[in-house]
Amino acid sequence: MHRVVDRQEVQRLMRDGARVVEVLPREEYEEEHLPGAINIPLKELDAKTASSLRKDRPVVVYCHDFQ
Amino acid sequence: MSPRAAWRLESLGFTDVYEYSAGKSDWAAFGLPLEGKATQSVQIKDIARTDVPTCGLTETVGMARQRAAGWGTCIVVNEERVVLGRVFKEQLDGDPSTKVGEVMRPGTSTFRPNVSVAEMLEYMDRRHHDTSLVTTSDGRLVGLVLREDVERAASQKS
Repeated sequence: MHRVVDRQEVQRLMRDGARVVEVLPREEYEEEHLPGAINIPLKELDAKTASSLRKDRPVVVYCHDFQ
Repeated sequence: MSPRAAWRLESLGFTDVYEYSAGKSDWAAFGLPLEGKATQSVQIKDIARTDVPTCGLTETVGMARQRAAGWGTCIVVNEERVVLGRVFKEQLDGDPSTKVGEVMRPGTSTFRPNVSVAEMLEYMDRRHHDTSLVTTSDGRLVGLVLREDVERAASQKS
């Protein structure tokens, strides 16, 4: 089961090579996103779009805030 | 939205999934860097004076006055640099032996580092403020923005 993490843990996961994924719509991602994050909007998240992620690496997902 | 994304990834066979529920608003409010179009505009963290003088609750007004020379204000912080209040010229001109904690103004307005200079200028105009404090989302002091710096940055942008 996935775990909720805070800012410090996200920074640690980034250093350890985690893939960071913003799940907001593309326009919002283009405005601003976390350094190195990729964009897979929630509405497009399926087996095909998720194939760009490796299952042997940690994945961090985020949106704007507690939505 | 991010909880659903995390669950969706798990349903697709991902086993090492984390959800940053506070999201990019938390990241930005802490003054951490972002990428993208919006980050090309000047934000108050870029122009905040980080050398603004600070003092502790138990220090005297006399010490704060010395430190505040040329600034006209001293920011009251704890050992973690969390902002507790502020003393202005009026308090700094008072009895030098008084403790800062007895005369400071608590509850001073603060702004997050990712506020744009345009938003800051609009607030300063509306409230007739010449300075504003910048803190992270957990209240730690980033610096002080001066109206002259905000106006300069806003005019360079336009």
